[in-house]
Amino acid sequence: MLEIKNLVVQIEDKRILNGLNLTVNKGEVAAIMGPNGSGKSTLSYVIAGKEDYEVLDGEILLDGQNLLEMEPDQRAAAGVFLAFQYPLEIPGVGSMTFLKAAMNAQRKSRGEGELSTPDFIKQVNAAAAKLEMNKDMLKRALNVGFSGGEKKRMEILQMALLQPSFCILDETDSGLDIDALRIVSEGVNALRSPDRAFLVITHYQRLLNHIVPDTVHVMHGGRIVRSGGKELALELEANGYADYRESEAA
Amino acid sequence: MADVTLMKTPAETALVQAFESAKTTLPGSTESRAQAFEQFSARGLPHRRVEEFKYTDLRALLREVAPFAGVPTADEAKAALGGSKAFADVAALQVPFVNGHFVREAVDFAKLPEGVEIVPLREALANGHEWLAKLSPVPWASGNPVYQLNTSFMADGVMIRVAGSVETPVHLRFVTATGSAIATATRVLVVVEDDASFTLLESHESTSGANHQPNDVIEMIAGDRTNVQHVRLNAEGDKALALSTLALKVGAEANFNSINVVAGSATSRHQVYAILNGENTNLRVNGATMLKGTQHGDSTLVVEHNALHCESRELFKTVIDDEATGVFQGKIIVPHHAQKTDGRMMSAALLLAEGGSMNNKPELEIFADDVQCAHGATCGQLDEDLLFYLKARGLPQKEAESLLVQAFLGESIEFVENEDVREALVGTVEGWLKARS
Repeated sequence: MLEIKNLVVQIEDKRILNGLNLTVNKGEVAAIMGPNGSGKSTLSYVIAGKEDYEVLDGEILLDGQNLLEMEPDQRAAAGVFLAFQYPLEIPGVGSMTFLKAAMNAQRKSRGEGELSTPDFIKQVNAAAAKLEMNKDMLKRALNVGFSGGEKKRMEILQMALLQPSFCILDETDSGLDIDALRIVSEGVNALRSPDRAFLVITHYQRLLNHIVPDTVHVMHGGRIVRSGGKELALELEANGYADYRESEAA
Repeated sequence: MADVTLMKTPAETALVQAFESAKTTLPGSTESRAQAFEQFSARGLPHRRVEEFKYTDLRALLREVAPFAGVPTADEAKAALGGSKAFADVAALQVPFVNGHFVREAVDFAKLPEGVEIVPLREALANGHEWLAKLSPVPWASGNPVYQLNTSFMADGVMIRVAGSVETPVHLRFVTATGSAIATATRVLVVVEDDASFTLLESHESTSGANHQPNDVIEMIAGDRTNVQHVRLNAEGDKALALSTLALKVGAEANFNSINVVAGSATSRHQVYAILNGENTNLRVNGATMLKGTQHGDSTLVVEHNALHCESRELFKTVIDDEATGVFQGKIIVPHHAQKTDGRMMSAALLLAEGGSMNNKPELEIFADDVQCAHGATCGQLDEDLLFYLKARGLPQKEAESLLVQAFLGESIEFVENEDVREALVGTVEGWLKARS
């Protein structure tokens, strides 16, 4: 599904990713863990297509298509979805207006007609109910005045409505209390399917109790330094990232 | 010392000739017209060394004065109005003007909404009318050269009196339909009696796109405890040089809400001169201006707080694409006796391309010591992070930009109370955005 080969990325002359290799298969939930500054968020932004980053080498293939040659909206149309660590507030853009514009843009890219308003509202209401979202939230401007937990639910709601094939969750657990973590995780788990893959980026093992990964990768110094099964997360939780820091010093 | 003779530009010479030939045929006494024209002529067309016109140099912009338009035939008027689209879906009493002339056949005077009286200005000027004494409610607007030109040349208009609560909006529909260049000068006086509430719509459009030089003045006297909503739409053709003035006097405990939306004209300048003349009145003056190509859009505003405890809010939003130029000049005046004034003025401009420019000049003149006044001015581009967020959800660049521009202008338009009118304005914004992509 997703294949990253020898990815080298810098921002303002600072090298962040250093020959990163990663493969995520269809139906797989891959977790990426690593200390602060290891390049986890950069990886998510580069996959989604943020402009600030300079890709010096390597490629990112999604089902064989080279993502690096595509605009962010084309990547979204190809199935990439990034749930932001810090979802942006957009004053003046109603949440429903935004959702409809996003859904219709993707339908258009697939050559489908626009959603009818009743169909759209039905879909949104059903998805929002599963995430235990307050309906008043959807009447407000996008993310404006939302709490941290509400913003993250809004991200998962978008994911549920857009039905992407490759989902990146960038520190989705940050800023969530225990109940919100459970609801958001359930929302993600409901979307797990043999045709869809996830890249779950997190600092803590806690999220992985709720979204149980198939593989865990440790990122450090801009590359994947170790890969394993879900037990690797527990080992990291017990020992921290000190081992990897020492190996770098040596 | 020899007398210094001011060199007149060809446009100024043409104005003198136009006035000489028109003054005997224009309705009413020539005395006040001649006086206004004399005041205008003494200084001529304002240029960039006149502070109020620093960013809109009329002497340079008005090269040729178009001939003043004659009265259209009934058929011409009917055809012109048939091609008019502004606020088409808004239920309102239509008060149409074609080429600057009131089309009185289009108004059924026997069936005006209760509380609304309309008097054609042409007749009133020719035969005399007691309401004429109410013209020029803002004395210091008379010092403005654009206003002076209007007083000199005003050829037609209406006077409207409103009493009680009037539900149906009154729509002043100005349509231009000519093959050749014309100039027009209209004057509308609206007297809103104490305790009345009222919505005034104003649209300016061209069905032919010919060069049009309108100079329109709306004067309003809103009494105590009145509630007035005023919405103006400039959808003139892209060759127009559109000058307009709103002169406003508001009484006590009133609400007055005005917005000017600009989506047309090569050059436009909208001037608002407001006096808050009674205590505890709330005034809102907003603007939403869309400029592209080499368009020039000027919003000039003076609000005088002339009583205690008044609140004024001014929010002007300007979107500038290509090599267009925006201007905002706003001044809040608070004399000694207007304590407890609360005034806030904001101008925000969004530049969509490298070549555009915005001139912001907010001013406060405060002589009272117990007031709250603030002003702000910003110029910026679309936020790259917001654009990325929208694109990451599948919106192509232009669509993402459009959504953010709509949101930006929406903050000014959302204060329009009438839902149908608000939707029509949102439609105008969407149309403008569609034309740019």
